[in-house]
Amino acid sequence: MLISIASGKGGTGKTTVSASLTTVWDGPVTAVDLDVEEPNLHLFLNPWIASEDKVYLNVPEVDESLCTLCRECSSLCQFKAINVMGSAILTFPEMCHGCGGCMAICPEKAISWGRRELGTLSTGKSGFNDFLMGRLRVGEAMSPPLMRAVKERLVKNLDHRGGDAIIDAPPGVSCPAVCAVMDTDFILLVTEPTPFGLHDFKLALEAFVPFNKPVAAVINRSGLGDAGVERFCSEQGIPVLAHIPFDRDIAGAYSRGKVIAELSPELRSVFVQLARSIKEMGAGGRDA
Amino acid sequence: MTKVAVTSEGPNMQDMVDPRFGRAGGFVVVDPETMEHEYVDNGQSQAMAHGAGIQAAQTIADSGAKVLLTGFVGPKAFEALKAVGIKVIQNLDNMSVEQAVQRYKSGDVQYAQQPNK
Repeated sequence: MLISIASGKGGTGKTTVSASLTTVWDGPVTAVDLDVEEPNLHLFLNPWIASEDKVYLNVPEVDESLCTLCRECSSLCQFKAINVMGSAILTFPEMCHGCGGCMAICPEKAISWGRRELGTLSTGKSGFNDFLMGRLRVGEAMSPPLMRAVKERLVKNLDHRGGDAIIDAPPGVSCPAVCAVMDTDFILLVTEPTPFGLHDFKLALEAFVPFNKPVAAVINRSGLGDAGVERFCSEQGIPVLAHIPFDRDIAGAYSRGKVIAELSPELRSVFVQLARSIKEMGAGGRDA
Repeated sequence: MTKVAVTSEGPNMQDMVDPRFGRAGGFVVVDPETMEHEYVDNGQSQAMAHGAGIQAAQTIADSGAKVLLTGFVGPKAFEALKAVGIKVIQNLDNMSVEQAVQRYKSGDVQYAQQPNK
């Protein structure tokens, strides 16, 4: 089972939950950091990194001796990554999404693939668990192609080793977050019981419910704020699988890079119970 | 004489210079000698999520203008304009299209060496 840990907003505790769930998970599990813009799961799981590979995106290169400036490519490209300017053809590799349309449409076959670096894909081990992480190159704006590379590696890894995956998704509800949750089997939304938390939780549901997967919530910093999130979840039939208390010791442990499930037997049992509920709901199918 | 393109908020010489290049309302393309002018709409690039500046540079190149008078130009648009040999004069916002062209004709302007946005 692939479980994505998502949220409508940053700073709710996705990584806290991901790290703790991985630690208490019963059975082989691969921890994946898909928050490629600012990965931080490794700070908690302290993986031993076995390999780091660069990931590239194919971008067009034009053979100007073949180009007749017909503009087929530039009128196709929605991102202006390839353009005819007067008597010159210009490419802007950093605008390119790598769809390959320009190459397919070029009547002169003047376009071939060059590449630009998107970032790195790290694989390693954290204890007995496998660990995967993508890290976007500084200045690179497009994370989904790198995330796809990480997911391809994950699929290969799971084919080979079996087991489940816990995926730390990027915050928000835009392309990167959607890219992270869309092909997982279970979406766990981490939220906090405040009006801000509720607002972004609603956005997240709106974005992720159309995928028609089991969705459940975890309330972090429970005891803070109000009952709005709780009430909304019960109205919408979203099961709240765990409450993580609002607690100074937890904040302190987090800031020192500790996995909070290892902080106390009580906290550990919160996550053991959470893992069990996820497995039950995942097996139970689409009742969310 | 070389034609100049001015980013503008409307189709006339009395309309204000649009400070934005990529997402300008449109361009008034002027022959500074005769002050004859035509208007080129920039709606195409206003509707784009990305690459508005590049699209606008293409529009200017197609209009035949060799000089651009505007407020601010971003890095990608600047690169595109440079590649087609269009000279850029920036920081001409807060005046009408006609005033910008007069300023250009008076010679009291500097060609930009780099983007200012």
